[in-house]
Parts: sequence; C-alpha cells; structure tokens
Amino acid sequence: MSAVVSENPAYRRRKRRNAVMLSLSAVALAFGLFWLAWIVGVLLWEGGTALRPSLFVQMTPPPGSDGGLANAIFGSVLMAGAGTLIGTPIGILAGTYLAEYGRRGWLAPATRFINDVLLSAPSIVIGLFVYTVFVAKVGHFSAWAGALALAIIVIPVVVRTTDDMLKLVPHSLREAAAALGAPTWKVITMVSYRAARAGIVTGVLLAIARITGETAPLLFTALNNQFWSSDMNHPMANLPVVIFQFAMSPYDDWHRLAWGGAALITLFVLAINIAARALFRK
Amino acid sequence: MRISKALAALAVAATSLATSALAADITGAGATFPYPVYAKWAEAYKKATGVGLNYQSIGSGGGIKQIEAKTVDFGASDMPLSPEDLEKNGLMQFPAIMGGVVPVVKLEGIGPGQLHFTGGLLADIYLGKVTKWNDAEIAKLNPGVKLPATDITVVHRSDGSGTNFLWTNYLSQVSPEFKEKVGEGTSVKWPSGVGGKGNEGVASYVQKIDGALGYVEYAYAKQNKLAYALMQNRNGKYVSPTDETFAAAASNADWKGTPGMRVILTNQPGDKAWPITGASYILMHVKQEKPENGREVLKFYDWAFKNGARMAEELDYVPMPANVVQTIHASWKKITDPSGKPLV
Amino acid sequence: MTAVLDNVRFRAADPPAIALESAPRPPMLRNNALMDAIFRNVTRFFAFLVFSLLAAILVSLVVGAAPALRKFGLPFLWTADWDPVQENFGALVPIVGTLATSAIALIIAIPVSFGIAVFLTELSPVWLRRPLGTAIEMLAAIPSIIYGMWGLFVFAPVFQIWVQPLLKKTVGQVPWIGSLFAGPPIGIGMLTAGIILAIMVIPFITAVMRDVFEIVPAMLKESAYGLGSTTWEVVWHVVLPYAKVGVIGGIMLGLGRALGETMAVTFVIGNAHEISRSLFAPGNSIASALANEFTEAVGDLYTSSLIELGLILFLITTIVLACSKLLLLQLAKREGTVA
Repeated sequence: MSAVVSENPAYRRRKRRNAVMLSLSAVALAFGLFWLAWIVGVLLWEGGTALRPSLFVQMTPPPGSDGGLANAIFGSVLMAGAGTLIGTPIGILAGTYLAEYGRRGWLAPATRFINDVLLSAPSIVIGLFVYTVFVAKVGHFSAWAGALALAIIVIPVVVRTTDDMLKLVPHSLREAAAALGAPTWKVITMVSYRAARAGIVTGVLLAIARITGETAPLLFTALNNQFWSSDMNHPMANLPVVIFQFAMSPYDDWHRLAWGGAALITLFVLAINIAARALFRK
Repeated sequence: MRISKALAALAVAATSLATSALAADITGAGATFPYPVYAKWAEAYKKATGVGLNYQSIGSGGGIKQIEAKTVDFGASDMPLSPEDLEKNGLMQFPAIMGGVVPVVKLEGIGPGQLHFTGGLLADIYLGKVTKWNDAEIAKLNPGVKLPATDITVVHRSDGSGTNFLWTNYLSQVSPEFKEKVGEGTSVKWPSGVGGKGNEGVASYVQKIDGALGYVEYAYAKQNKLAYALMQNRNGKYVSPTDETFAAAASNADWKGTPGMRVILTNQPGDKAWPITGASYILMHVKQEKPENGREVLKFYDWAFKNGARMAEELDYVPMPANVVQTIHASWKKITDPSGKPLV
Repeated sequence: MTAVLDNVRFRAADPPAIALESAPRPPMLRNNALMDAIFRNVTRFFAFLVFSLLAAILVSLVVGAAPALRKFGLPFLWTADWDPVQENFGALVPIVGTLATSAIALIIAIPVSFGIAVFLTELSPVWLRRPLGTAIEMLAAIPSIIYGMWGLFVFAPVFQIWVQPLLKKTVGQVPWIGSLFAGPPIGIGMLTAGIILAIMVIPFITAVMRDVFEIVPAMLKESAYGLGSTTWEVVWHVVLPYAKVGVIGGIMLGLGRALGETMAVTFVIGNAHEISRSLFAPGNSIASALANEFTEAVGDLYTSSLIELGLILFLITTIVLACSKLLLLQLAKREGTVA
C-alpha cells in the first residue's frame, strides 16, 4: 500500500513542497536569529572595550579628551525614575478601573482601545506633544519635561499589564473577601493587587526597559548637558541623546563612548526583560 | 547631641548641593562651526573658575531660535543677523572667533591638500551638473592627479547652519546660476545629495562614503584627517586652509564701521586670502531678564579673549585681533539689566 | 459581581444579617462607603485621563500646526517643496519616504515572520519553543538607537561594499525594476532604512502570528492530517485561512510600528529632501525630518510645518493601529477571549 502511495508523482511533489517550505521557515528563523547575533555581537565587541569603571565616573568630554558617561547615566536614571514614579500610579489606577469596574459603561472598552493605540504610537510625537504643552509654555528645556514624556510612554504599558493581570485573578478570591464583609476598595487593594502583584511588577519592569532606550521623546524636551547636573528644571544629560550626538560625530573617542553607552543600555534592557519574564513565570 | 550633629551634616550637604546647583552652568546653543574651540575653552574655564558652560551644538539656526525663545543664555551663529532682525528681537551680536570652511573629499588615493577647486566648479558639482570624479572640468584643474570614475556623492547640511550660510554665500557670489537656483541661507533647498546633521554629521558621512564631497569647518577636517582641497581665491591664487590664510581674509574687515558688526568675510581680496572664511557670532538679549547669567556669559568671553588665543590657534581657528576685542568690549555696554542699567 | 458588592451594605453588628439602609451606620462602615466612592472615582478619573490623552495630543498638534495649516492648506500633502529660505514647505517627500521605507520593511518582514511563526508553532520541538521565541522577542527589546548605530557603523559599509554592487549587477539589469537599484552605492539610503525597519518589525508580527496560529482548534488541524495532508498544506490551507484576520491585524501592528520609527531611520536614511526612483538614494521620513530639524527650525512657519508633519504621522499611525486593534478584537471575539 505505502509503496503505491510513495511512487505517486503528485504525492512526491507535495512532499517535496512540504520539505521546501518547512526548510524555508527554518531559514526564516535562522535569518531572524542571525541579525540578533550580529547586533549583540557587535555591541559587545565595540562596547566591551569602553565598558570600564571610568565610564561611570567621568563626565562626557569635549572631543579629544578622555572621559566617561557619568552625567548621562545619572541623568537617564533620574529621568527614567521620575517618569516611572509619575506614570506607574496613573497606569495602575487606570488599569484597575478597566479590570475591576469596567464591566459596564463605555469608558472601559474605549480606554482599552485608546490605550493600545497609544502603546504603539510614535514616541517622537509624544516628544512633540510635551514640547508644545510644556517646554514652549515654560520657556526652556528641562529634565522634568523629559520625565513627563517618559511617563506618557510608561502609562500605556502599565495600564495594559495591570488590566491583563487583574483580569487573571480568579473571581473566587474576590467573592471570598466580599463574603467576609470587605468593601470593594479593600477587595481590590488587599486581594486583587496582592494576587496580581508579580504580574504588575513585571509590567512596571517592562515599562522601565522600554523607556531606558527611548531617544526621540528626549530630543526636544530634556535636550542635553555637558556637565553633571541634578537640577531637574534645566537640560540634563541622558544616555540616548548623548549616544546620538556622539555617534553622529566624526570623532573616534566619542564613537567609543557611544558604543559603550549602547552596550550598557542594551545589556540593561535585556537583563530586565529576562528578569521580568522569570518573575512572571513564577 | 547625635541628632543635631546629623541635622547639621544634612544642612551642610543640602547647602552644598544647593550651591553647586547655584554655581550653575551658563547655557548656550547654536553653531557647530566653533564647537571644538568653545568646548576646549569651557573645559579650561571650568578648571579655572568652577563655572560651567553648557553649549549645545545644534546648528546656527537652532541657536538663533533658542535665543529668540529665551531658552538659553546666549545663542551662537555663523550667520550674523541683519540690523533689522537684531532690532526686531531685541538682540545684539559680537564675533567671538574666526575660522574657515573647507571642501573635503573621500576618494581613493587622494590625500589632504592634493585636489584643486575653483568656486565655479564647486557650484557646478553642488548643482548636479558635474557628477563624476573623472569629469573633464575637475581633471583640467588637477593635471597629474589620478581621478577614478567614481560618482560624486554630494554631502550638505541637513540642519540650519551658519557654515551652510558661509558656503552658499560664497558659491552665490562666484556662480550666478547657483545664486538663482539655490540661493544663500542657513538652510537651503539642495538639488541633490546626502544631508548631515552639524559639521559633525557632514564629516562623519564624508569619512564613510567613497566618492563623497562635503564642506566642514577646518577644525573638523583636521581633527578627523579628512582630505581637504585647495581653493582658488579672488586674486586667482590657489591657497591652502591655514590660520594664516584665514587671518589674511579677515585683515580687511571693517568691524567698527559695520552696523551690528555684520562683516561677511567670504571671497575677500588678497593673494593669501582663503575664500570661505567667516566669523562666528554670539547673540545676546540687549535687555537681560537674568542679569547674573548675562554677566557670567560676558565674563566667560572676556576670559576667552584674554586667555583662549593659544587654544584657538592649536585648533586652527583665528582669534579676534586686539583692536576688534576693544570694539567688542565697547558693544557690551549696550547690554542692560531689566531696569536699564548696563551690566558691565 | 462588583455591581452586587456596590449595592449591598453589610452590618456585622446586626443580629439578623439583613441590609437596613435607613438605620444609622457605625463609623467604620460609613468610612468604607466613602472610601469605596473615592477609590472608584479616583480610578475612573485616571482611566478618563488615559482616554483623553489621545485627544489631547491630537488637539495640541493641531494648535501647533495651525499657522502652516492656514498658509498651505490641503496642498501641503502633495507639495514636494521644502524650502526654508523661501518658507515654502510641503510634506510629500517625508510622506513618500515614510511609506516607502515601511513598505520595504513589510515586504521583507511578512514572509520572514510567517516562516518564524510556522517554525515555532509546527516544527520546533516543544523544549526549544520558549528559548527561540524569547530570542526573537529580544529583537523587539533592543532600543531603536542601537539599531541606528549598528546600521550606520556596521551594516551600511558592508551594504555599500558587498551587497549594493551585487544588486546592481543582478537585479539592476532587469529593465523595469532595475531603476529601483540605480545610482551610486553609498550604503545609506531608503533601502538600508527599509531593511533595518524590517528587522525591527519582525518580532511584533511574529508574536501576533504565533498567538493566532496557536488559537486554531486542534480538531481542524487533526482532521486535515487525518486526510493525509502534509504539515505545509495544513498551515497554508487550514491554519492561515482560519487566522487570516489576526494575521492581517498583526501585519498592521507591524506597519504602525514601522511608520513611527525614528532613531534607526534617522541614522541611515541620508536626510535628503528629494524623491528618487532609486532605493539606493537618500531620502527622508517624517520622523527623521522631525528629529533632524525641529530644534533648529527658525520661524513660526517652519516650526508649525514640522508640527504639521508630526500631526500627519500621528493620524496615519493612529488609523493603522486602530484598524489593527479592530481586526484583532474581531478574532478574539470569535474565540471568546475578549473580556
């Protein structure tokens, strides 16, 4: 029986096509992994030499002098921290509304829809928005404007994950709490949040990973600063814009610092992503 | 006892943080043309006085925009504003440093100082009329140089630039067709080519693209070992870009007599004059809303005029001559605080 | 369920557990009611804030672009002029650049993502699925500026020296398509930007495709296998038609991402305000024009023209992303996975 089947030319043709297509899909996977390997490899190779302790201690230098990225790293940490602190509560509370109170009415589905659109919106437009409503009105660039732009990027990520994670909490937990006499707000804060804690934290971590690498929203908000500054009211150095400036320059020592900064950001983002996934799976 | 000690330590820490924030930086933004020398001056000034100068090299157009919007303490532009524009925005300007714009190329076998160009030829290339390196027009000016058949990739500025102004101003003077089709300005409509952001961007692209031709301030060509070319000046002589030829171009300028000190140094007469020389200007508001910042800016430039000459020359810039510095100092008397009292 | 909770007032102190609205309530319960109201309204306020964010961005962009809108009107969309000296601006070049680079990105990314999704759902051994999937998702985690740097410093030179001449010699000779590959190889340009965008977009499309492929009921696939289909035939004739809507939604998500990508494109697109037939030529996209020129635009008209570009980009991406979301919602509704 099988001998008859395998001699059938039509069957052989189908088998061949199957083999060809499936091997093409393997090629596609290899294609994707190839780019990943190349980019990460280049980052480690070029940035590896720049990842020295001096990178974290010295300031951004003028071309031709020795230096590091200390002020840029500090500025990025400060602005990402501020952005996260501003955006996370807003995101969690909004996500809570969507998951816990959003069963009836129009606000929840509409907000969910708009939130997902904002999630993938071009970050340069966010920067433009903060420029027109904040920077232009105040009259100068500032780290607060940069933090605000980053917060606007954090919010959709946190809303989405909070919404999804809270929806996963089984209703039986909530009902048990209610049966014991807990008011709604206590059910949410003491039961739902606790149950979804790991997921919500994952969401915040992913948001941090996302804003660490964002350059465009900082271009017209926080600008840049050659020196160390902790003044949030004025332009502040930050890693992505410094990398942009240094990379587009013709100076070799600046290129090396740019690679170092790039390697630093990428390693940090990849580490957070992996940590978030591990945390979530637990 | 321990609590009050802790509080005292906290107070000291807080005040030192506050004072370090107070000894805040002066902010400036604008031309990429003088950025290497401003950066060197700022580094030395910070070591000498502790005051930092935060200069963002975003192009002359950006400098003009930021100072008009009062988001920085001073703006920097290689294109001097007209007296009408100065008056309209309540600004004053003074030159801080001079330098030259040079054509640079990346071509196999061609090193610095080998190629010869005339203004007319450069205009034709930038208009897109000459497209290959082995074109007859280029070969005519460069007998004996082996020119490959590579396409010319024209690199120009993509941002608002005073360097761009100097380049297009010169080409408009030597080529009526260029003046008509493209014109002069900090930002023009280029018929073709790749756009680099800042002098840095142009230098970066010229480094990377085989067959590229671009224009940068000389310090960028020197620092990055780009192959610059010689140019024919108004007197018909071929000159090399050096601080001598830049200074020769600047020697005829009438700083005192020109309103707003708006002296254009391109295409100057003189056997030794480099044809595309320019000064870079500092723009400040006549009525300073933050007089302490204004004073700091003037103090910085005063220090730079006194101590910065050698650093500038090391980078092949031309410092302002002593008599011009006097005129500049006189012009500072115009700057006042909100009540009308002069700052210096 | 929450509706039930909201409307019931328990009184622990009452002997029979009956709800009595009229009797005076002890402080703790009064507080609870108040806290409930506060909490509900606070969360609702922030949800409303998020809801209005989109509209706020739109309004602020329209206000900022007003001078340009007034001066140029609708022809702005198809004027190719970008003349800061004469103050004549038109969006055609950046729009074409944005659409062209995104198109190139999708042409490359769709088949590749499809292949990866097929591999991960049908071919790969189960223990490999998660690490491989995570690896592909790491492509999405790499920040845009890294792609830009790698593109300019590593990819573009390789492209200029090896790939572009090869393309010119082969595809460049074909009569009609050949003109797409004309011109000097400079390494950077529209094609380079499109390729890098493709790599950036692959993980997004792959993730959606994987999700929708996995939703296809096993019974459908098993039935096809039972009739003697090969794996490929099941994918092409059973899985793909079933997941069609989701696949398109995923592609549109990738498109939305590609349209708005800034830093990677700015590094390698060449920043030239011109439209050329050749993909080797430099060009401009809306995002790269903004990144390059915004901080230096002098004059109200220049600035507002740039803001108008931002508005156009925002509108295009919002529409694309909204369509994507609608399609994905449709598929989810069919599956009953929508809340």
